[in-house]
Amino acid sequence: MRVLAALSGGVDSAVAAARAVDAGHDVTAVHLALSRNPQSHRTGARGCCTIEDSNDAFRAADMLGAPFYVWDLSSEFQEKVIEDFISEYAAGRTPNPCLRCNESIKFEAVLERAMALGFDAVVTGHYAQIFQGENGPELHRAVDPLKDQSYVLGVLTADQIAHSMFPLGDSTKVEVRAEADRRGILVAAKPDSHDICFIPDGDTAGWLSRQIDSVPGVVVDAETGNKVGTHAGAHAFTVGQRRGLALGNPTGDGERRYVVDVDVKNNVVMVGPPVLLDIDLIETIKPRWAGPVPASGSRIHVQIRAHGDALPATLHIGDDGSITIQLDEYLRGLAAGQAAVLYDGTRVIGSATVSRSRRSASV
Amino acid sequence: MAYLDNAATTPMLPEAVAAMTKLLSEPGNPSSLHASGRKARRAVEESRERVARAVGCGSAEVVFTAGGTEANNIAVKGIAWDQRSKDPRRIRVVAGSTEHHAVLDPVQWLGDSEGFEVTWIKSDSEGRITPEALREALGDDPTDVGVVSVILANNEVGTVNDIAALTEVTREFGIRFHTDAVQAPAWLDLNFSELGVCAMSISGHKVGGPHGIGALIISRDCHVTPLIHGGGQERDVRSGTLDAPAIVAFATALEISSERRAETVARVSALRDDLVTRVIQIAPDAIYTGAKKDRLANNAHFIFPGCLGDSLLMLLDAQGVECSVGSACNAGVPQPSHVLLAMGADDDAARSTLRFSLGSTTTQSDIDKLIEVLPSAIERAKRAGVPKLTTAPVRA
Repeated sequence: MRVLAALSGGVDSAVAAARAVDAGHDVTAVHLALSRNPQSHRTGARGCCTIEDSNDAFRAADMLGAPFYVWDLSSEFQEKVIEDFISEYAAGRTPNPCLRCNESIKFEAVLERAMALGFDAVVTGHYAQIFQGENGPELHRAVDPLKDQSYVLGVLTADQIAHSMFPLGDSTKVEVRAEADRRGILVAAKPDSHDICFIPDGDTAGWLSRQIDSVPGVVVDAETGNKVGTHAGAHAFTVGQRRGLALGNPTGDGERRYVVDVDVKNNVVMVGPPVLLDIDLIETIKPRWAGPVPASGSRIHVQIRAHGDALPATLHIGDDGSITIQLDEYLRGLAAGQAAVLYDGTRVIGSATVSRSRRSASV
Repeated sequence: MAYLDNAATTPMLPEAVAAMTKLLSEPGNPSSLHASGRKARRAVEESRERVARAVGCGSAEVVFTAGGTEANNIAVKGIAWDQRSKDPRRIRVVAGSTEHHAVLDPVQWLGDSEGFEVTWIKSDSEGRITPEALREALGDDPTDVGVVSVILANNEVGTVNDIAALTEVTREFGIRFHTDAVQAPAWLDLNFSELGVCAMSISGHKVGGPHGIGALIISRDCHVTPLIHGGGQERDVRSGTLDAPAIVAFATALEISSERRAETVARVSALRDDLVTRVIQIAPDAIYTGAKKDRLANNAHFIFPGCLGDSLLMLLDAQGVECSVGSACNAGVPQPSHVLLAMGADDDAARSTLRFSLGSTTTQSDIDKLIEVLPSAIERAKRAGVPKLTTAPVRA
């Protein structure tokens, strides 16, 4: 097959591309330029798109004998990932930009362009596995639970999975590093990238405060309705957050208070005891299916964070196709905007974006 | 393989390779006083005379540099600094909007970091800087202008500017004029003394010579403040041990390409015209940009509407045809061509370009190969489309 390897300049994508070459594929390498004004050098483990990374990607491609190009996806990244991230926070939700990047950039803009240019598939260094099932290709968790990235790939549709290759899913990170070293890939010892690549200093709240105009408002006790404090801007708060509330008077029972709701429309941050964070019913929007749509009432597992636990639940699908998830047990702290990825064992069924969560009467 | 990127760099002429390799193993710093030093010095000085003959200047006016970019930097910054130091009113730098980055960026830097004012000269729709546009840029009172720089032959679209007509404009005000002639010597009969400029940049690897060597031709009465200080070589303009093997190879290549110019231009321009005719036959919506006459004989530059230049380049590369989207870019992210934008193209068009630049080694089969693989490349590139540019700022 003619495959397009997306090389970040890191270890994983380089080894993934090398395995694609070994498997006999005709590999062309691209580095995705996601920033219009890239920094020249990496500083620490954050960020992903410096010129140094691009050079590392070039050297990796060179070692594989693969032609190398830089694809400018900075406009798409700006619009679909960064602006989405800002507007979601401005609306009081907590988005996952890595999911959005996979959904809109790597497996949409890049994959579509690759297919149009005559490639058969895109290969990346994500840790996940694709198996051929009865109903077509299936996306499964990686064997290394510490590196499993099936959660951030949960937005992929069946068609996108059919044109993707994840050669690292059957290996652990330790094995991949050792292989990179054995292959002489120069970036074998490069640290993993962390956090949000477009916020290089890692200060998400500070970065957001420069993008979103902050309007001071009040903090209200969710149980009593009383004003208990003020805040500098509602978008800086996430459901489940405890730090940074700076509330003067503690609750009567001395219990710590958490953000239980962010009402951006009225610029109010609601706080309360942790028990108010316990929810078991998750309403969602934007369902995406990785394969056939399961029957309503199916028993599933749901994961709501990149490295969170898989929680047993029952899936309900409405007549309009919307997904509601009934958890078996209470979950503490779920913010709107987070992605719920649905699993059947190790297989990804699909995903949806949390719109609302609450306590059901049934538990 | 069909190599159609000679504006980026040319293969070295065998005679230049032979001249260079012969000297590489010989000792001798041209500044040394012993026999080996004198021998190296003689090689350099003979080369200086050959370069001077090839471009119509005096040998004392040839300052060897480490390439075209360095020559442009010495000229633009060095003249601007010198002129301002002699007359503090001269705080303005005027340059063409279609300059190569090796002029564009030093000019911008003088404005951003050195307190100069910058005026860009408007281009016409063919990438030409006209005397009228220069006059407009100079304004009513050009006594504040320290240096004007206009490219002789544009590296992207191949348009040749009438430098002699432009220096007519600046002469009456006594303004220093530099021209970046890096793309020119292989294709045009350059005569420094007739251009009316005080400085002119040329480069080795664009004429079949080695990389990392070039020259700034500076008239005797033109002073520059040096960028590099040291041993005082090259009239104190450009310190640093002279690279005798590269200089000899540069002079050899420049001399040979000058001798063969008439024959090469006739042959290559016929190939280029064939390329243009057949590309337009294949892609009737393609736009042949730049000047139709007053154009480098080896340049064919197109806008392919609906095709990202990067897509076309990659597809052609996979088929063994090597070309460029415009000028080579090392900054990571390809930007819309500033030359095309200056010519009035929009963002999409400025990213939908391909430059084919022929050379002395180009053959008919190279053109045939391009014409064979171009239709499917255009079809696929069109399918992939041109993603729109957004410019919404994120506050750092």
